[in-house]
Amino acid sequence: MTAEPSALEARDLAVYRGGVQVLAIPRLEVTAGSVLALIGPNGSGKTTLLKTLAALLPFREGGLWFQGRPLDTRADLEAYRRRVTMVFQEPLLFDGPVRMNLEAGLKLRGLPAAVRQARVQEVARRFGITGLLDRQARKLSGGEAQRTSLARAFALEPEILFLDEPFSALDPPTREALMDDLALALRQTRTTTVLATHDQAEALRLADTLAVMHLGRVVQSGTGIEVVNRPADAFVAGFVGMETVLQGRVTASAGGLFRVAVGGREVEAVGGPSSGTEVLVGVRPENVTLAAPPGSGSSARNSFPCTVTRIVPKGPYFKVELDCGFFLAAFVTPGALEELALAPGRALVASFKATAAHLITGR
Amino acid sequence: MGLLWEGVKKAMELLWTLDPEVLGITLFSLKVSILATLASLVLGGGAGVWLALADFPGRRLLISLVNTGMGLPPVVVGLFVTILLWRSGPLGFLGLLYTPSAIILAQTVIATPIIAGISLTAIQQLPPDLRLQILSLGASRAQMVLLLAREARLPLMGAVMAGFGGVISEVGASIMVGGNIKGSTRVLTTATVMEAGKGNFDAAIALSLILLALTFTVNALLTHIQQRDRPR
Repeated sequence: MTAEPSALEARDLAVYRGGVQVLAIPRLEVTAGSVLALIGPNGSGKTTLLKTLAALLPFREGGLWFQGRPLDTRADLEAYRRRVTMVFQEPLLFDGPVRMNLEAGLKLRGLPAAVRQARVQEVARRFGITGLLDRQARKLSGGEAQRTSLARAFALEPEILFLDEPFSALDPPTREALMDDLALALRQTRTTTVLATHDQAEALRLADTLAVMHLGRVVQSGTGIEVVNRPADAFVAGFVGMETVLQGRVTASAGGLFRVAVGGREVEAVGGPSSGTEVLVGVRPENVTLAAPPGSGSSARNSFPCTVTRIVPKGPYFKVELDCGFFLAAFVTPGALEELALAPGRALVASFKATAAHLITGR
Repeated sequence: MGLLWEGVKKAMELLWTLDPEVLGITLFSLKVSILATLASLVLGGGAGVWLALADFPGRRLLISLVNTGMGLPPVVVGLFVTILLWRSGPLGFLGLLYTPSAIILAQTVIATPIIAGISLTAIQQLPPDLRLQILSLGASRAQMVLLLAREARLPLMGAVMAGFGGVISEVGASIMVGGNIKGSTRVLTTATVMEAGKGNFDAAIALSLILLALTFTVNALLTHIQQRDRPR
């Protein structure tokens, strides 16, 4: 089996704004045919990195390699720009009919009229906007406009597609429908894609690999499962929804399990750090189960009497914050909330398996 | 009131009889102001777009200067252009003073910052990422500028109207650099000043009304073009 070739590689990339370094990327590779999601909170540098990778922002240090060849000169970068494209958070359509918008990039790239028309028809069908071709772009709804923007990008058959939070301004049903169409288009065309988003659900749904960004740096990259279950540090843990991050000293370590002293209790987790070391252990809220005292007889290694301190609605779930001698968060359904009569001050037993407690190696 | 009515009647008479002198002055006014506006569109439009897109030290100062220039008093422009074109001045060897070219030059100086300032604002009001979006679609820098200008065409047309309005109505610069020479550099505004100075108010009112009608017609035409392209 041969590894997929590299479509784009950034090495030692440094971007400055007003004399301040805003991006430092020692190495980042995008594999041909894959979808890479840059995730991180607002201001983490996702958009700056995306624009830099798309050769739309200058960089002071480092370089880009496209299909193994360095983009050294301005001419290289301009030629590269004609082989890739970007979709922004705003649809940024031109004043004119949808058809004109879909054709715009093709015209700029000098494609003949027959090819343009065929491509316009194809992408309009793919994104369900055939009926809108003669509509003025400024009269489109937000969802229709973003569909048109994505279709305009796909019409170019780009070798790399850069997407900057393309769904963030859309309402949930529109976002769902468009994300389905985009996922299908990406799967069918196998377009190499770099997607910037702060929404981890969106990233997990569309991307093969994730790169988590913080303060202009990539702090962890890997598959979605790796990043979500084994965050590299406390920041990533917090960003991917690992609500509980416990700090303590290892008291015992043997056979791939270790015990860590936290808030006067001992938590058992999977891993092999040496006794006496200070570690961070993360627990995802969906892996914590709650039961009325004296407990449900759970086989989980970690079982602690707790008191409810706060209940926060989280979409279809409720987040229950607990004081177990240490902070612990659990997700429960509305049914469980009623069944357990959960309210601040309620005494409970919280349990989670040793395999649900993840050793976080970085700080 | 009677004076105004006399003026209107005189204007109608002059127009109806196609008075050769008035017709000549009107056409000459139109010609110099259109040429000055076109020159300003190239210079001011170019400068405005460049200032909107460029990033360099001193850019804000330059923008402040352009904005200040939007309110340049025509008489001050007239004075400096006169000094520039004076026989012993730096451009005196061109022999342009008291010629139509001198009026076009002075009016260009007046309209250029007006068009530059409005063009700058027009381009800056476009979404900041539109420029990058156009580049990412594969545009060259020149194609990008043209597409941005297309997107900002309504306010750019407004810039042209403001520039034309500024020069067709000014009198200070034209009278100083043109000298109001009959059959050569006399424009509607300078002719109006002269007639009023001589106490010929009916003729002055007639010329003013023609000037108003001319300004209205040109602006109505530009407004028609502008609003035809308005996004609906």
